[in-house]
Amino acid sequence: MKSNPDFSKSPTIDQVGVEERVARLNTRSIKKESKVAGLKLALNMIDLTTLEGKDTEGKVRQMCYKAMHLHDALPDLPTVAAVCVYPTFVATAKAALGNSGVKVASVATAFPAGQSTLDVKIRDTQFAVDCGADEVDMVISRGEFLRGNYSFVFDEIAAVKKACGPARLKVILETGELSTLDNVRRASDIAMYAGADFIKTSTGKIQPAATAPVTLTMLEAIRDYYYETGIMVGMKPAGGISSAKAALQNLVMVRETLGAAWLDNHWFRFGASSLANDILLQLLKEATGRYQSSDYISKD
Amino acid sequence: MPIKPKATKSVAKQTAKKTITKKATLDFVGGWSYAPSPESKDHIRLEKKYGHFINGEFVKPSAGKYMATHSPSTEEHLADVALGDAADVDKAVKAARKAYDTVWSKMPASERGKYLYRIARMIQERARELSVIESMDGGKSIRESRDIDIPIAAAHFFYYAGWADKLEYAFPNRTVTSVGVAGQIIPWNFPLLMAAWKIAPALACGNTVVLKPAETTPLTALKLAEIIRDCGLPPGVVNIVTGDGRAGAALVSHPDIDKIAFTGSTDVGKIIQKAIAGTNKKITLELGGKAANIIFEDAPIDQAVEGIINGIFFNQGHVCCAGSRLFVQEGIADKVIRKLKDRMETLVVGDPLDKNTDIGAINSREQLDKINHYLKLGVKEGAEMWQSSCAVPRKGNFCRPTIFLHASQSHRIVQEEIFGPVLAIQTFRTVEEVLEKANNTPYGLSAGVWTDKGSKIFNMTSRLRAGVVWANTYNKFDPTSPFGGYKESGFGREGGLHGLLPYVNLK
Repeated sequence: MKSNPDFSKSPTIDQVGVEERVARLNTRSIKKESKVAGLKLALNMIDLTTLEGKDTEGKVRQMCYKAMHLHDALPDLPTVAAVCVYPTFVATAKAALGNSGVKVASVATAFPAGQSTLDVKIRDTQFAVDCGADEVDMVISRGEFLRGNYSFVFDEIAAVKKACGPARLKVILETGELSTLDNVRRASDIAMYAGADFIKTSTGKIQPAATAPVTLTMLEAIRDYYYETGIMVGMKPAGGISSAKAALQNLVMVRETLGAAWLDNHWFRFGASSLANDILLQLLKEATGRYQSSDYISKD
Repeated sequence: MPIKPKATKSVAKQTAKKTITKKATLDFVGGWSYAPSPESKDHIRLEKKYGHFINGEFVKPSAGKYMATHSPSTEEHLADVALGDAADVDKAVKAARKAYDTVWSKMPASERGKYLYRIARMIQERARELSVIESMDGGKSIRESRDIDIPIAAAHFFYYAGWADKLEYAFPNRTVTSVGVAGQIIPWNFPLLMAAWKIAPALACGNTVVLKPAETTPLTALKLAEIIRDCGLPPGVVNIVTGDGRAGAALVSHPDIDKIAFTGSTDVGKIIQKAIAGTNKKITLELGGKAANIIFEDAPIDQAVEGIINGIFFNQGHVCCAGSRLFVQEGIADKVIRKLKDRMETLVVGDPLDKNTDIGAINSREQLDKINHYLKLGVKEGAEMWQSSCAVPRKGNFCRPTIFLHASQSHRIVQEEIFGPVLAIQTFRTVEEVLEKANNTPYGLSAGVWTDKGSKIFNMTSRLRAGVVWANTYNKFDPTSPFGGYKESGFGREGGLHGLLPYVNLK
């Protein structure tokens, strides 16, 4: 077996350079047919999310209907990629979504802080998978990472990956707590070598969440991993992307960093709750030529 | 030796095909892409014919001759501009002398500053128009003319406007006087920006000017003439004579010029220096370059790759300080080159007015021929040519972004300035080796260093013989920062406090 790299020697990242690259990518002008196609693609990449203490089965069922019927008055809309819920609602969501093709993702491993024992995290994961979760969104132990205990973080991810069985594993780095892009890069490398199917920026509970420099840094880490191993890893920015424009800017980043193969919801997701409605407003505007009141679109 | 462009193209294509294949596993061609997003040119108003701008008004050329200016991307005829001769130059110099003697040198410095502020503001107000014209006439992408050329041109006027009444603080304990009439000759790569670099400090220090824009890109200078007229600058303070090298030669040899400022090729720079030998004229020359862009093993690699792209493909490579010689430390060479190739696949080459275009048109057929000549030469010399497979328009002057792998220090493509989107790549092993190679050039305008280690940056920057050294960035311009060369890249500095010096006499 090929040995893992020394994670203390992950490539360095120049923050100023990353910000400049993002600024340049943001000058891409997305108009007309490519705007409509991009917006539909982005809709299809959304993990429609509710992760609140006050969630109920009723709320989850409503969100699942929305996931399958984004705006039935507008023809040719895709569904979202998945719904993302706590493990206790996986069974409800699974039943509500039926055979629509919309996946069920569940957060696990003592989400969002991850402050628990490995044993609890494994059981949390297994419970979600047993309830029918197609995807598991785990959190890394940021405290251990920040004190340099990279092998702890690595082993924990590897153990959760094993517990996932057939479910795909998204590893949340919680970049808002990692502080530097060097750390974002290192955590990305650890997650991918430990078996992540996706790397994900944030829980949505910590600010800043998915900033463009963080997303670009992670996309570049995915590219390096692909160069090195030939294995594709997915990317999920989550939290903070609420406008159609920001979604298109993310697609531009993916297109120019990883290319066409990643422009698919098998490899790229948006973790978001309000993004879908803003995209729908833009699509309605493209279809009718006018902006509509937000009350023409359902809020679930 | 002139080489037909057709023959060169076919060589380029074959070589591209041969080397592109195996590693290009990321797909930057298929899937979701960008629809054309052209910047509108409906609002652009160009005269059919432009005269010289002398003594505050547009006047017909004395010999009645005009030359055409074309769009290098569409080959469309844009306007006719006056073809200046010695008589026109003489008229302009006389107007400048009169304005200097009677008005400008006597005006309170704070008043001079106000005019410069006004010009700066009017450039900002007409920024959209100026950037579209710059892209139409010169071929550069609208992204660059909109985000770089025009804003920095305005910034130069703002910056030097501030110095106008503070020259005694720029040169403490000295008596500062103006020089007189400046003759300024500018190149075609940054037409309006170079005009701003030249005019702003000259005026701030109390001089008057006669400016000759480049033959292929006169339009934004003539639009600047409109701004100068409309802002009420006293007649004769700025005069603009269009034309070819003959007008430039007449300007250089005119006996009533006190200072020459030239930006352009080293060959012409040498001619100018010979021409003014034995005269009392002050001179600054900003000439060619063949800059080393040096990537160390510990560099932030993805950002360094972006720096390579900015270094050589900015403005189609028509940049005197372009990072045209890449030195990569051997341990990371394969990785850097693979990333560089993938990044080059994402470059958009085409219509300069499309907001998504990264690389516009080569400025002239003549320049394209020169670049193609070097492409052929590089292959003949044994370097391995690789070109981006990006789509290139059939019509107009376009060149694929090109790199040469396995280039040698003895190759002419490494030694000579190509002034196009062509990068020669070498590897190195030690600091001493790369310093020797980087400095082993007749030029010395700029250089770039990429490393995560601060001490390495200081070691390199103090030992590289180049006027500007960028660390972990490339092609950054700011009016507060001096710019200029060592050796055959010229002398004198433009920009910043240092940029005032050529336009003052100190006692």
